[in-house]
Amino acid sequence: MHATVIGAGVAGLACAVELAERGATVEVFERGEKLGSASCSWYAGGMLAPWCELESAEPLVARLGSESLAWWQKKCPGVAINGSLVVAHRRDAADLTQFSRRTERFEWLDGDRIATLEPDLGERFDQALFFKEEGHLDPRVALAALADRLGALDVPLRFGVTAATSPSSGRCVINCSGLAARDVLHDLRGVKGEMLLLRSRDVCLSRPVRVLHPRIPLYVVPRADEMFMVGATMIESDQPSRITARSMLELLSAAYALHPAFGEAEIVEIGTGVRPAFPDNLPRIGWHGGVLHVNGLFRHGFLLAPALARRVAEIVLEGRHFSQGAA
Amino acid sequence: MLTLYGTEIRSRLLLGTSRYPSPAVLADAVKASDAQIVTVSLRREASGERAGQGFWSLVRDLGVRVLPNTAGCHSAKEAVTTAQMAREVFGTSWIKLEVIGEDDTLQPDVFGLVEAARILAADGFEVFPYMTEDLIVAEKLLAAGCRVLMPWGAPIGSGRGLNNLFGLKTLRAHFPDVPLVIDAGIGVPSHAAQAMELGFDAVLINTAVAQAADPVKMAAAFAQAVQAGHAARQAGPMEPRDMAVPSTPVIGTAFLR
Repeated sequence: MHATVIGAGVAGLACAVELAERGATVEVFERGEKLGSASCSWYAGGMLAPWCELESAEPLVARLGSESLAWWQKKCPGVAINGSLVVAHRRDAADLTQFSRRTERFEWLDGDRIATLEPDLGERFDQALFFKEEGHLDPRVALAALADRLGALDVPLRFGVTAATSPSSGRCVINCSGLAARDVLHDLRGVKGEMLLLRSRDVCLSRPVRVLHPRIPLYVVPRADEMFMVGATMIESDQPSRITARSMLELLSAAYALHPAFGEAEIVEIGTGVRPAFPDNLPRIGWHGGVLHVNGLFRHGFLLAPALARRVAEIVLEGRHFSQGAA
Repeated sequence: MLTLYGTEIRSRLLLGTSRYPSPAVLADAVKASDAQIVTVSLRREASGERAGQGFWSLVRDLGVRVLPNTAGCHSAKEAVTTAQMAREVFGTSWIKLEVIGEDDTLQPDVFGLVEAARILAADGFEVFPYMTEDLIVAEKLLAAGCRVLMPWGAPIGSGRGLNNLFGLKTLRAHFPDVPLVIDAGIGVPSHAAQAMELGFDAVLINTAVAQAADPVKMAAAFAQAVQAGHAARQAGPMEPRDMAVPSTPVIGTAFLR
């Protein structure tokens, strides 16, 4: 079995790894010049938080997402399963109660227990939700780990390739190109996200912290080298234009309100990307013109890619749909 | 029938389109609510005229009338610019005018509101101003050219219901012929029914539906509440009184106890 994967974002790389590990001969085409440069995966938070996501996502996202934790631990170094913490400022206490009603597998913490987990936050919040089975990773490290794994499996990663690829007999094409597949997937839309990378020596966190906010789900994810990812806005837009002043204010205020020491943090990077989403914000795997499209991972790329990649490998290698679709 | 700027509207429930779990849930909620008008925030939902085409086309496909708003604007000038942009994008002269004066309560800046309403009405807009329940502000907005008013029930997104019953009743009594739409602060269907029972012409709901655990079911519940409240108003509610009045006559009954 030969397979061509289009797109080297998290969905494409995960599919390529699953296929190659199961014995397929795989190649990956990517329009960007280097890993991540043209992919919204590069700007992701990297939270593996299936049960937190139940707050606004369908149960399917949690079900597929719960497969991701073990998958990433096997494929990628530095995946931490330290849980995730959800806090609210006192004026938004009602939001924490509402969050708890819609999510699963958490426990309520008081100030002392918050302090045990995250000493820097203990005196700042008197209650929190703790989802102890959840994890996080650094998306850039994870993409590089998948690329390395593909190298070890002799899968070529061809950058700067935009040529259309057609399926032929014995060759399957898997399109994971996100919003670029819009000419085929007409109901795909873009949801812009904006994020910041901050560096601070004065704050130490061991797990992602979500700060409930009336409008955007704001979170701070710790990364190596005193770095913190602060994300992410959700704007109905397909233009990855620069961050707006308002979004920057909201992201920085969230970080500052979580811990005032972020006021002294260095702004290392400002990133924007456009997430591909279908109207129900759920992912789809489907045949269109003989090509298997995997798309609509929305804000759940790293959470959903492993489960989708497994299903793609089953569809393609078991041949049932492949023989029909490519014929 | 409710008439807003010459357009006859059957449904007295208007729905906002922000903060739903997904556009698909939004579409189902609009259907369940039977709303004929939805509000759309140009500023917050998309960062430019063309950028949000995916979302705009989803909203257009709902087959309902779009009332763009100027949510997030903090000055008259900003609101006027946003309104002009909205007219281009949505091809409608309707505009729900919001000028926010204070960030913690999202209370309208009524001075900026009147100023922006005057400019926009002179420019041919049909303005739906989001206001407090203040009588004098209402008068100035009408003088500025508004023919519909949208007083708040409570601060946006607070879900507290009708905070100032006396003020809202007074507003209704002072302007019996102006369409009055309760705009913000409704939390549960009983709040909406109460607004309709007080004689308001319609209610606009967003957060209470969008942030419900099941937005579609909640939209249907609001539709029923608005209909019930409106029917009750037409039916002429009884006056509350201090003493009990038996509903069956007591004269002539046997004294058994």
